[in-house]
Amino acid sequence: MDALLLARIQFAFTIGFHILFPMMTLGTSLVILISETLYLVKKEETYRRITDFLARLLALVFVVGAASGIVMEFSFGTNWSGYSRAVGDIFGPLLAAEGVIAFFLESVFIGVLIFGRGRVSPRVYWMAALLVFVGGHLSAFWILVANSWMQTPAGYELDAAGKIVLASFREAVFNPSTVVRLLHTVLASWVTCAILISGIAGYYVRKGLHGEVAKTLLKIGILLFAVTPLLQLGAAHAHAIQVIDTQPVKAAAMEGHFETARGADVYVLGYVDETAEKTYGLAIPKGLSFLYNFDVNSEIRGLADYPKQEWPPLNLVFQSYHLMVTLGMLFIAAGLLGAFLLWRGKLYTSKAYLFILPFLIPLPHIAHEAGWVTAEVGRQPWIIYGLMKTSEAASVVVSKAEILFSLTMFGLIYSLLLVMFIVLFLRIVKTGPAA
Amino acid sequence: METIETFQGLWFVLIFLLLAGYSLLDGFDLGVGALLPVLGRSAEDKDTLIASIGPVWDGNEVWLITAGGALFAAFPHAYATAFSGFYPAMMLVLFALIFRAVSMEFRALDPSRAGWWEKALICGSLGAAFLFGVALGNIIYGVPLDEHMEYAGDFITLLRPVPLLFGITGLFAVLLQGAAWAILKTDGALRDRAYRVAFVLLWGNVIASLAYFAVLAFTFSELAGRPLFYIAVGVSLVGWMGLHLSLRSRRDGRPLAASSLSFLGLWLAAGAAQFPHLIRASNVPDWGLTIFNSSTGLYTLQVMSVIGLAGMPVVIGYTIFVYRLFKGKAKADGHYDG
Repeated sequence: MDALLLARIQFAFTIGFHILFPMMTLGTSLVILISETLYLVKKEETYRRITDFLARLLALVFVVGAASGIVMEFSFGTNWSGYSRAVGDIFGPLLAAEGVIAFFLESVFIGVLIFGRGRVSPRVYWMAALLVFVGGHLSAFWILVANSWMQTPAGYELDAAGKIVLASFREAVFNPSTVVRLLHTVLASWVTCAILISGIAGYYVRKGLHGEVAKTLLKIGILLFAVTPLLQLGAAHAHAIQVIDTQPVKAAAMEGHFETARGADVYVLGYVDETAEKTYGLAIPKGLSFLYNFDVNSEIRGLADYPKQEWPPLNLVFQSYHLMVTLGMLFIAAGLLGAFLLWRGKLYTSKAYLFILPFLIPLPHIAHEAGWVTAEVGRQPWIIYGLMKTSEAASVVVSKAEILFSLTMFGLIYSLLLVMFIVLFLRIVKTGPAA
Repeated sequence: METIETFQGLWFVLIFLLLAGYSLLDGFDLGVGALLPVLGRSAEDKDTLIASIGPVWDGNEVWLITAGGALFAAFPHAYATAFSGFYPAMMLVLFALIFRAVSMEFRALDPSRAGWWEKALICGSLGAAFLFGVALGNIIYGVPLDEHMEYAGDFITLLRPVPLLFGITGLFAVLLQGAAWAILKTDGALRDRAYRVAFVLLWGNVIASLAYFAVLAFTFSELAGRPLFYIAVGVSLVGWMGLHLSLRSRRDGRPLAASSLSFLGLWLAAGAAQFPHLIRASNVPDWGLTIFNSSTGLYTLQVMSVIGLAGMPVVIGYTIFVYRLFKGKAKADGHYDG
């Protein structure tokens, strides 16, 4: 195993860990904003108790997210200094903007949200909830701009020495995948949190705990659970079309699509044989072409059109993509079922549905990790699609032994953090919303 | 004056301000964390100390994150050279910051292992505070580089006496910030203890800082002709005198301002010595990184200037607003009151 592969494993591991927490932060800040707005308007204690409960969860989620997030910012310099030297003109400002415009806002006001209830007026508290929501989502915006620029670079030019320089900040920020990626990722976070709070509140209601507070929380959760996966279907569809248009090799890998064809099939599930260059599985004839532009005979380019050394690992991308899509469909069904039960007035008494809800909590995390593998492994062998190879990006002075040391340490520390997070999260849930 | 040199100089100053701001603000958080066993005798004392930094440390750490981003955006070569070159040290900084961050929350939620999380907080705070100074000491004192701006030393290179002195100086300054913050935010026996600790730390800080100024003056002869260096020493002197007086007169609000002033003097001296260098090469001076050979293009620097100069005043504005919300003495049950 060489240093490059170790560096990639370390990045995948550290960001795969980190992303768990922002995905919970964004959605939680949304629900806090909703309940605190209702508290401000209706002045009912139920909503205040919901906010305070969620603020306790948010404090724990946020701190692990912040602790693992700083690792990511350092990692471009520590492990990817070749990349940092090459793209400082464009990638650097995006990270700096994230700090100045977004993360300051979130981090400063989260202190008010967690510690300020007894100190500030309901209006100021509501404002803090709003600013944490805005700051968190602006953070997501800048980080996803940075990621999108690696997927679909724009707004740059190569100077006489072949160096990447910024040509248009606006074009770099609003590159072809920014908006759809932002929608897709933010909605993924909202789905994650809709399921999280539905699961917690469902457990309370089934056990007859926390009365009206649990029922209200469940109602908010189920409404979000019904709406967000459906919105996600639209955003995901738009994102897939963007990938076909701007990253055709990745799109072909996601679908296991080898030969350019009119009327391409779409696989519901399957297996990509990378050596035989063939995909086996359950396919819907002409489905891919239809999904692309609602024309069953539209042309979809296949992997065979591109040199093999520019293919990503095919089966991994295919399987992770299909896992994400399958889970997404499951969320739509489960969310609509919950909304149906709510509409029929049976939600709070439906033991089977309430029993299943908590077991859904890990699934959106599996879905967004799978989606992230699809996006980032699907981009390989490029670190910047079509512009710079991952193999050219690693730090030249960092040895294999050094990365082995840091990777081992991250493995140990993050395992500890994950265990502690789960134990303490369950402890907060067990205590529940205070009176 | 729309030349690239203007913007390169501007970003040297802005990153300097971000780092100095970080050191003053997160400095008192790290100082409180590191002094926990000295200041906090009882569990209640420790609760009070941690409650005093609880609402603000997160925002304070963003100064570091923003400084890192700004360094990446303005001088990517310096960011790349230092972060990859000092790899094992950077990893230790990260591990320290991770434990510092999670330990306060974990301690509150996990009382049966509170002692472990307190140790994590102490070690994380101490480690980060010391390593930042060592890292800055290395880039100012100089490290071996190759002709492609890559670090050519090893881990032991980072631990030479001069960078270690910088580390100790920075650590004393951070501890003093912590004690001064504790004076401002606590009451009774805990505050009395903070006063006594601050007195001891003041002398440690003076001795380490005088050594630091002396080493700078001997190492960089050009400092003799730079007024900023004399101003820096003067600022620290005023800070020390202010500290001495305010510790005697026991006016709780003053020591933090005076401690910050003496810390600022250390930064100004570093700035006077360093401009326009970013990372000096100890082997071949021409291979060093300066603001001129390490920066991004003019357009990037201009975009960054708009973001930074428009954004940071707003950040400072709402940061002051939130500090004012939490003004006054901290209480042991400050967590989730309400």
